[in-house]
Amino acid sequence: MNVDATIQQTPLADRHAQLGARLIEFGGWLMPVQYRGILEEHRAVRERAGLFDLSHMGELFVEGPEAGEALAYALVSDPPALKEGRAQYSMIAASDGGILDDLIVYRLGEARFLVVANASNALVVSDALAERLAGFKAVLDDRSLATALIAIQGPRSVDVLAPLTNVDLRALRYYGIAEGHVAGIDALLARTGYTGEDGFEVFVDWDRATELWDVLMPAVEASGGLPVGLGARDTLRLEAGMPLYGNELDTSTNPFEAGLGRVVKLTKTDDFVGRAAFERAAAAAPTRTLVGLVVERRGIARHGYPVFAGERRTGVVTSGTHSPTMGSPIAMAYVAPADAEPGTIVEVEIRDQRVPARVVPLPFYKRQV
Amino acid sequence: MVPTDLRYTKDHEWVRVEGDEATIGITQYAADQLGDIVFVELPATGSSLDQFATFGVVESVKAVSDLFAPVGGDVTGANDELTGNPELVNSDPYGAGWMLRVRFADPDQLEELLAPDAYDALIAEG
Repeated sequence: MNVDATIQQTPLADRHAQLGARLIEFGGWLMPVQYRGILEEHRAVRERAGLFDLSHMGELFVEGPEAGEALAYALVSDPPALKEGRAQYSMIAASDGGILDDLIVYRLGEARFLVVANASNALVVSDALAERLAGFKAVLDDRSLATALIAIQGPRSVDVLAPLTNVDLRALRYYGIAEGHVAGIDALLARTGYTGEDGFEVFVDWDRATELWDVLMPAVEASGGLPVGLGARDTLRLEAGMPLYGNELDTSTNPFEAGLGRVVKLTKTDDFVGRAAFERAAAAAPTRTLVGLVVERRGIARHGYPVFAGERRTGVVTSGTHSPTMGSPIAMAYVAPADAEPGTIVEVEIRDQRVPARVVPLPFYKRQV
Repeated sequence: MVPTDLRYTKDHEWVRVEGDEATIGITQYAADQLGDIVFVELPATGSSLDQFATFGVVESVKAVSDLFAPVGGDVTGANDELTGNPELVNSDPYGAGWMLRVRFADPDQLEELLAPDAYDALIAEG
């Protein structure tokens, strides 16, 4: 494979090579798309455990007495409302309301937050935050290239991780974060993920990543788990109905039509970037709605394929795949609100053929608790 | 080394000729590159194909790829097993994962295809 010099590699590149991973360029990074196979890796996460290298993600620390207020201005959510050790899903918008990225914001302390951005947007988010923090008593520390992220996801995650950490995992609730160590390495341990399963994301220093991986990988394998690439990460998040920036979200979409209006806190007292646009969008009737589709088994409805209601073009597929759990093709699509009711039959155009699809509620998959 | 009793296209299809019948599929290399195959679309029996014409589509979780006919002829059968078990293309591409049978009429067409050693050299280049 020709590797472009501008493409970055995570600290775990050697480990992926040793595991025989197939690599692809993703968001400016050379990343494993699969090791053994997408379907097998997907099932490992649903039934047992999977280990992911997510070191391409952006880690942006915001610190200072006004860190919370600064983030409340910079983002659509309300980070000051977070208790210490808790996290929230958020977005960063342009002043016209276009979504620049979707994010997770963790409150690490009274005056310390961690914002995790998508790899492809990490620089945009970092620049925007630096600009928006000006005027607040808060500083940005972009540690994207100093912080590695390894996720362990799946029903056996607790069993795998508990013997390796001093953090009380039973006390660490969903969307919680704690400082501690894993395999003797200083870490931030968060109960978050992008798979629809229970699991953890472990942030460590870049130069400790291989050491951590070398402890976690055998532990995951001993539990029947596998290393998991971006291919299964996509099928897992799609079944869980989670948006992917660049597919469901971009600068031309708004959170309300994506079914994520709850993320935008119009109740915040102070101004925030995009507020006026979001107030208009919240008051207006939506022109399109994000829905789930279960497609007849005649091919995969992929990103960009048109969706029809009778002869009328009602929308477009944003993401589509074969659902390993359901055994059928599934997709997310924006359609006209009139066609968004669950049970509605629409048609997706797959290579010049109209294929019936049924509108279903999102997510496609919800784990049994 | 790929099977020596077959001929190949540079697009990674294979053909096995037995008398006037040709059996067509994709190579192990192609199946490995595509990853888990979840859907195979094949033409109906009775249709007619030209050499190198698109005869169908194979989809893996991540990618969709056209299928090109190594030889032309009338379609005498398609592998219906692949409808329910498309993963046979991954697990046994030269056997149970076969795709199409055509009535083979023009031996000159074999001259247009790669011999096993030439195909081996092609995939070795990556």
